Parts: sequence; structure tokens; C-alpha cells
Amino acid sequence: MSTLPPPVEDFQRSALPTADIVMRFETVAIAFEQPVLEGISFQLPRGETKILLGVAGSGKTLLLKLSLGLLKPDAGRITVLGEEVTHMREEQLYALRRNMGMVFQESALFDSMTVEENVAYQLLVETGQLTDEIHARVLEALRFVELEHTVNLFPSELSGGMRRRVAIARAAITQPEILLYDSPTGGLDPVTSDTIIELIVKQRDVYKTSSLLVTHRLQDAFTMASHYFDREQNKMLPVADGSRRDLKTTFLILRDGKINFEGTATELLRCRDPYIREYLS
Amino acid sequence: MPIFSPAEIAKDKIQAVQDYSLLVGRSISNIFGHPRYFADTMMQADSIGVGSLPIVMLAGFFTGAVLALQTSSTLQQFGSLSLTGKLVSLSMVRELGPVLTGLMVAGRNSSGIASELGSMKVTEQIDAMRAMGVDPTKKLVTPRVVASTIMLFFLSIISDLVGLAGGWVIATTLLGLNSNEYWTTAYQALRFGDVFMGLSKPVIFGFIIATVGCYYGISAKGGTQGVGRATTQAMVTASVLIVVSDLFITKLLMGFFAY
Repeated sequence: MSTLPPPVEDFQRSALPTADIVMRFETVAIAFEQPVLEGISFQLPRGETKILLGVAGSGKTLLLKLSLGLLKPDAGRITVLGEEVTHMREEQLYALRRNMGMVFQESALFDSMTVEENVAYQLLVETGQLTDEIHARVLEALRFVELEHTVNLFPSELSGGMRRRVAIARAAITQPEILLYDSPTGGLDPVTSDTIIELIVKQRDVYKTSSLLVTHRLQDAFTMASHYFDREQNKMLPVADGSRRDLKTTFLILRDGKINFEGTATELLRCRDPYIREYLS
Repeated sequence: MPIFSPAEIAKDKIQAVQDYSLLVGRSISNIFGHPRYFADTMMQADSIGVGSLPIVMLAGFFTGAVLALQTSSTLQQFGSLSLTGKLVSLSMVRELGPVLTGLMVAGRNSSGIASELGSMKVTEQIDAMRAMGVDPTKKLVTPRVVASTIMLFFLSIISDLVGLAGGWVIATTLLGLNSNEYWTTAYQALRFGDVFMGLSKPVIFGFIIATVGCYYGISAKGGTQGVGRATTQAMVTASVLIVVSDLFITKLLMGFFAY
């Protein structure tokens, strides 16, 4: 197991002022024939990454879609960047979503467009044409994910890992305030998964982006909770023993549509709940 | 437990009509709002209009030709073979031109639109678009509806002309009519009401083709099988709606122009 940072004593979620909370779920519930999520309440402080864990079908992806307003909850309230998305009309949500980015499970790249057009999509919609400035921003975003050379390729010409990296570049090009990752390493080999996690850690530590990350891979979650991105060496490094570096990464575990655990990596490892112990084993 | 519930089926159908109506409403209201995707509209106009030109011309030409041939024996019995041009002209302009063009374009484009949007839906590309703050009805639906409506209008005019040319080929080569006689009767037969009827139908058919294709595409679910189902349903529904609406438009306009 990777070295974990010490517990963060001053991590007082409920005491944070509203301006420092970018996302808040209050007793949110949704059902499709059967209840999927019930009484979900949590908040995402600015700059923090919350890792969502849970077995398949526990509602993790649904939670991301609810936060974007792609789906409406049956009950409860969701506030994102100070705006309550629960009762917003679709037209009103578009403006809010431009401050958010999402990396879909299967990348969801536009298959009839090149990598450049995919990454520039949001900018192209706003301006209508591919200007030199947009081209430069696309290259910068692709450089961030180390895929500059794929600019003229189509998604079908990329590997699964490369597609995820392009999806990250597309989500991050406008430097949104919140990033949502839906199983960004799902179905990838361990080496490629590490590359993706390094990019997410880089986004967290360099741009301080608040994010929700859904994953099935505990290894990825603990890597995020125990590593930081060193800008000088341009790579992800483990936090040294005894360091008090706050990685701003917490965990949230869903079980049967409810929150079973919320806390830091250290709290998670210390947790004696039988379900959590079994889940971690 | 019953195999199917009539109430559930009725609810599903009403829900589908409601969803379709909302999509139609949004596709129209988007025309008056911002942003307008002009480049997408032009691209769709090229795909729907220019792309459909060969099949529309072929269908129009041979329909006009066979119309002249089929009616010649009846007209000959009454000694009215010289009216071939008039008959072809009225049939093509009022009815066959718009309907055949509509059915041809429905077969080609309603299914094409449904499969394209359906594939985007099942691969989460439409959700990705929404997540990036882009309205799929503005970006995907309205350009197709505008392009289809405008292009079907022009395709019908071309189909009418090519159909008349098909009739002329038969009239002059097989029926022994002279060109002047054919074109004069064809031209003189047309009144304002005929032309109005022939040009208003394709506008409505074009609208049906695009909105039905978009509706089935956007509501596709169930992976590749779902996309295939949406494609077939779009083509069948658009074709049936064209034929059914043709009857009502014809009746309405016949009453309006006092035929």
C-alpha cells in the first residue's frame, strides 16, 4: 500500500462558509422503478477532490449526472456553484454547465470529428470557427495530456487510454471550476490507469480544480490520496512520511443507495465497519 | 400478471406524442433564438438536398414517363391523347412530385438522421454535448429541420420538372405527340391553386421527415439494436405520416381553392 498522508485535523466540512462550497447535495433521492439513491447529503469544498466508491449499480454515475442537471432528483436539493440545479430549466442549466467539465466512462468523444475539433468543441460552439487562438489552446490542452501529436487524428484511431486522455483535455480546456470523472480508468491496463490518475492529480494540484471522481479501482483512489504532483519534476510523487501536506482528497462510499462512509483516506483505513472492511479487502 | 397492459401501452403512446410535440415546438422556437448554427444548417442542406438529388430525379423522370404511358390507352379511347401533357402536369405537380419526393427523402434521410442521432445517444455523445452546455435541439435538431424543409421544397420542383420531361419523352417518341402540343397543354393546365398545393406539401413533408428522424434518434435506447429499431421506425413513421397528411392537406386546399 502506498504511503498515506497524516489525518487532516482542521478538515471541518460543516464549518465551511457557503462561498467555499462548490457543490452541495441535501437529502437527494431518485428512483427508477426501485429507489437508487436515498437521502444523499454531502458537500464538495472548493479545490477538493471527492472519490466516489461503491459496487456496480450503487448510483455513482447517477450522482454525477444529477450534479450536472442531466437528470432531476425525485426529492432533495442540489446546489452547484451557488445555484440550485434541482428546479432550473434545461436552458438555464447550459450556462452553469459551461463552468463544469465531465469525463464520461466511455469518453463520449464525437466520432465524426478530429481530436482537435473534439477538444475545441466548447470553444467552437461559442466562436463558430477555429481561430489561431483556439488552435493554441487546443495544443496547450493536448500538451497537458501529452497527446499533441494526435491533433488531426479521429477518435477511432486512438487507443482506449488515449481517448480518455483526450476526454480529459476536452473537459479541462476551459478550466472549469468543477470536473466530474466517471470511471476514467475503467477497462484500462494498470500502466495506462496510472497515467490517467497522474493527469487527474496534476489537474487537482496545478489548477486546484474541485472534482468528483467515480472509480472501481481502490488502487487509483489511494494513489490519489497519497500522491501529489511536483511541478518542478513534472511528475507525480508520493507524499513523504510525516508530511502535513493537505492533498484535499476525501472518500465517499455508497451502499444500497445511501452514503456508507465519508472521510479521509486515513479515516477510511481506520474504519471498523464490516462492510467497509470487506470492501477494502 | 398480464402479458401487456392496455393502459401502459396507451400511456407510452401519449408520452411519445407529448415528447414529439415538445421536440417540434423546440425545433421551431430555436429558429428565433440564439445561437443559430448556420454552418450546420448548410451542411445538412447539402447532405439532404444535394445528396438526395439523384434518387429524386430518377424517381421523378420514370414516374412521369410511366404516367404518360399508362394513361395514353385510356385517353386514346376518348380521342384525347393530346391531353397527355395536361394529365402528367396536374398529376406530377399536385400529387406525385411532392409525395414521391417525400417518400424517397424519408427513406434516405429520416432513417439516416435517426441512425446518426441514435448512435450519438447510445454512446453518450448527446449527454456530453449537454454537459458542455450545448443544447442538442439547437445544434442537431433545428439545422436538420430547417435544411430538410427548405430542400424538399426545391427537390419537389425539380421532381415535377423531371417528371414532365419523362412524360414528354414518352409522348414524343411512343405516342406521336409533338413537343409544342405537350408543353402547351402541360403549362396551360396549371392554375395557381395547383402550384400552391404542389409547393406547400413538400414544406410539410420535409418538416415531418426531419422531426420524426430526430425524435426517434434522440429517444433511441438499447445499444446498436435500439439504433437499428429507431432507424426502421423513423422511416416507416415518416412515410406513413407523409401519406396520411397528404390526404388532409389535399382536402383542405381543395376546399380552399374551391375545386
